[in-house]
Amino acid sequence: MTLKLDAKIPAGPLAEKWDKHRFEMKLVNPANKRKFKIIVVGSGLAGASAAATLSELGYNVSCFCFQDSPRRAHSIAAQGGINAAKNYRNDGDSVQRLFYDTIKGGDFRAREANVYRLAQVSVDIIDQCVAQGVPFAREYGGMLANRSFGGAQVSRTFYARGQTGQQLLIGAYQALEKEIARGGVTMFERHEMLELVLVDGKARGIIVRDMLSGEIESHAADAVILATGGYGNVFYLSTNAKGCNVTATFRAYKKGAAFANPSFTQIHPTCIPVAGDYQSKLTLMSESLRNDGRVWVPKRREDVGKQPSQIPEADRDYYLERKYPSFGNLSPRDIASRAAKEACDDGRGVGPGGRGVYLDFADAIKRLGKAAIEERYGNLFEMYQRITDENPYERPMRIYPAVHYTMGGTWVDYNLMSTIPGLHVAGEANFSDHGANRLGASALMQGLADGYFVIPYTIGDYLASTKLETVTTDHPEFQAARTVVEERTQRLLSINGTRTVDSFHRELGLLMWDKCGMARNAAGLREALERIPKLREEFWRDVKVPGSGAELNQSLEKAGRVADFLEFAELMCIDALHREESCGGHFRTEHQTEDGEAKRNDAEFAYVAAWEYAGEGKPPILNKEPLVFENVHLSTRSYK
Amino acid sequence: MSGAGTAQPMQLTLNVWRQKSPAEPGRMVKYPAKDISPDMSFLEMLDVVNERLIQAGDDPIAFDHDCREGICGSCGLMINGAAHGPMKLTTACQLHMRSFKDGDEITIEPWRAKAFPVIKDLVVDRSAFDRIIQAGGFISVPTGTPQDANALPIPKPDADLAMDNAACIGCGACVAACPNASASLFTAAKISHLGVLPQGQPERSRRALAMVARMDLEEFGGCSLFGECMAVCPKGISIDAIQRMNRDYAFAMATKSDAKEWTGAA
Repeated sequence: MTLKLDAKIPAGPLAEKWDKHRFEMKLVNPANKRKFKIIVVGSGLAGASAAATLSELGYNVSCFCFQDSPRRAHSIAAQGGINAAKNYRNDGDSVQRLFYDTIKGGDFRAREANVYRLAQVSVDIIDQCVAQGVPFAREYGGMLANRSFGGAQVSRTFYARGQTGQQLLIGAYQALEKEIARGGVTMFERHEMLELVLVDGKARGIIVRDMLSGEIESHAADAVILATGGYGNVFYLSTNAKGCNVTATFRAYKKGAAFANPSFTQIHPTCIPVAGDYQSKLTLMSESLRNDGRVWVPKRREDVGKQPSQIPEADRDYYLERKYPSFGNLSPRDIASRAAKEACDDGRGVGPGGRGVYLDFADAIKRLGKAAIEERYGNLFEMYQRITDENPYERPMRIYPAVHYTMGGTWVDYNLMSTIPGLHVAGEANFSDHGANRLGASALMQGLADGYFVIPYTIGDYLASTKLETVTTDHPEFQAARTVVEERTQRLLSINGTRTVDSFHRELGLLMWDKCGMARNAAGLREALERIPKLREEFWRDVKVPGSGAELNQSLEKAGRVADFLEFAELMCIDALHREESCGGHFRTEHQTEDGEAKRNDAEFAYVAAWEYAGEGKPPILNKEPLVFENVHLSTRSYK
Repeated sequence: MSGAGTAQPMQLTLNVWRQKSPAEPGRMVKYPAKDISPDMSFLEMLDVVNERLIQAGDDPIAFDHDCREGICGSCGLMINGAAHGPMKLTTACQLHMRSFKDGDEITIEPWRAKAFPVIKDLVVDRSAFDRIIQAGGFISVPTGTPQDANALPIPKPDADLAMDNAACIGCGACVAACPNASASLFTAAKISHLGVLPQGQPERSRRALAMVARMDLEEFGGCSLFGECMAVCPKGISIDAIQRMNRDYAFAMATKSDAKEWTGAA
């Protein structure tokens, strides 16, 4: 262990930590704020909310996104909702309960203090979003509506039809555009961060590529925030947008920012199954569907080819209701996903290739009427029909798990600062709040908590208490980082081999899904660790990237991202191999109970694995942050 | 039901707009699209064609896309003269090849509008939309601790109407389909979303004035109520929004003494 991991968790009782910390943090004088420049990379929920809020406070902000508009960041695709401990239903919810559900849902691999703060600020997020004009669903009395989500027995999820992420992002985007108009934020669309710049060990800027002109630009600042999302696209097929990538956080890792729990990836149980080998992405069907849909497969293998309507009730296995009677179809994501895999592995999967289970709304339609179901899920049903050409009102949906979210990410302390001073990381890009499994409707909550209510405080403390020399882009460190980027770009363009970037990405994705996906074991991971370097070597020898660097070149953009995935995949497998336990989304087949449930090993693995880059060709160094549970009792997670 | 994966592959021909850069003239180029599965999405079909182009040493066709589930608004293609192609309420990324038949010739062009200049091939610059939002498409509330969310009851029909309009994905199909290349449906959707909510009232007049002025400044055309925008909108946004925008604008011009300032300020 070479890094000193200090989580900087404030002392005192859990419920008072954040308040106390807010008081103790140093403030930046309002007149001095404009003298500080802050770079925000990414314009999703975390990035847009941070950029807008920091600009409102008076900081001088530059925000970067690779899309053509900040409104298109992938937060926009979140469907189901956002959790908040409002207790509007009077059903027993509280900050403590949301905290506990999230810690337990994460299989006791998250930091107590961070999660408690998340639950505390959750209520402010809803107030803020309503004030911005986010059109959440309402009841006839004019009050906000709620729905239930997996892993909770209270109804605390706020939603805007099946487009909650879109509406929250549009809210943050509008706040951002307001600040752009005011001159507080300079927006750089179609710019991709390709390198982090450190001066005197502190994050002082970034190198980006203007994706239209191809120009490599340097930008200097007093602090850098990465809000660049997750790395689910390492699997090629995932529910992520095509552009989602690991480059920003992986470049930061190579500059010294420890990467935590990279193997903690979430497989979402309700996605539309893979249809063919040309498939470019997988489409999620919101978890909210499990409020009214019942999951089943035929009891007998010989029935899988039959029309679902011809399989009588008695011959159906509603396996979630059978195995987990108290949570049933609302079991957490990791559990529901694994149960689907088991049913299919048992030869009882339905649809092409036998990789699918039914999600059936017949009972709900009978009970509530078609109109009520249409009101709740109309857009999702339409989407399903467009993709599959099947009518889910008449025939059960076919669903199968798919990679959806990554709990792992850059290690950050309580202030959301990485192991590089001045480099803060927010939203899905950090590792902080979801442990080994994220509960539904908690990603939106965390992204906005980080951006609206945490980073704006903690970054002020960093700026007020740190001595920062004036740094411009003429500094040799900027020149050096630029050269690295230019040379890498040139190298990619000059290989001129025989295989396309996508063909490498697909091969890597299949390997990762197979060996480091829903279930993992030592033999498979070792095999992956042998094959990844070979694939990477082949990539750098035989990839074909057409065109030049001085123009819009989508193949070149992809090549850079896949090159990083080819290195990052190895880190994921190393982490998965080292963690000799099953927890949350990390299921090691060697570590399971007799009835196939995950077997955690708290004695040896109740820690965050923060990996430190050790140099080219050297194995990464494992640093451990022990997880101390003072307020919850580590129990075996049971949803039975 | 089609039975995914069982359908016969199709042999298609594409006519695609190729333009190397904003400064160079573009032209239509013909490409074969062989062995296309009806279960592919339209963009997956383009992926397949691009993979073959790269293998053959040609430049792949540039097109914007990201989420591929109809919500980010990145993709936007004129397919056989229709914005997002033949399916109602469907973005190009959600359009599937089963909407076409074996032997079809498909014409693919970028959005055509003065305010959306072509960057490369099928990629256009839609940043004018962001600038329209900057003019007033927001509620000026800083991050802080506003009142409790339920302290402001909103009748369900109002909330639903706001949501209908807030569903806009900013793809630009409305502009591309409009004979005048007007951005009225886009602008009006935002004015309607915020204008029907109580939170949006304080800035309602100013918003309408500034956003409409910005729309004109960006050289989008005027609205003649053809209704082509509504016909192609993948999110089904109603042209009623434009009436609401016109009403807010006229009301503000007639009643606000500082109206000139807001229209000029944009």
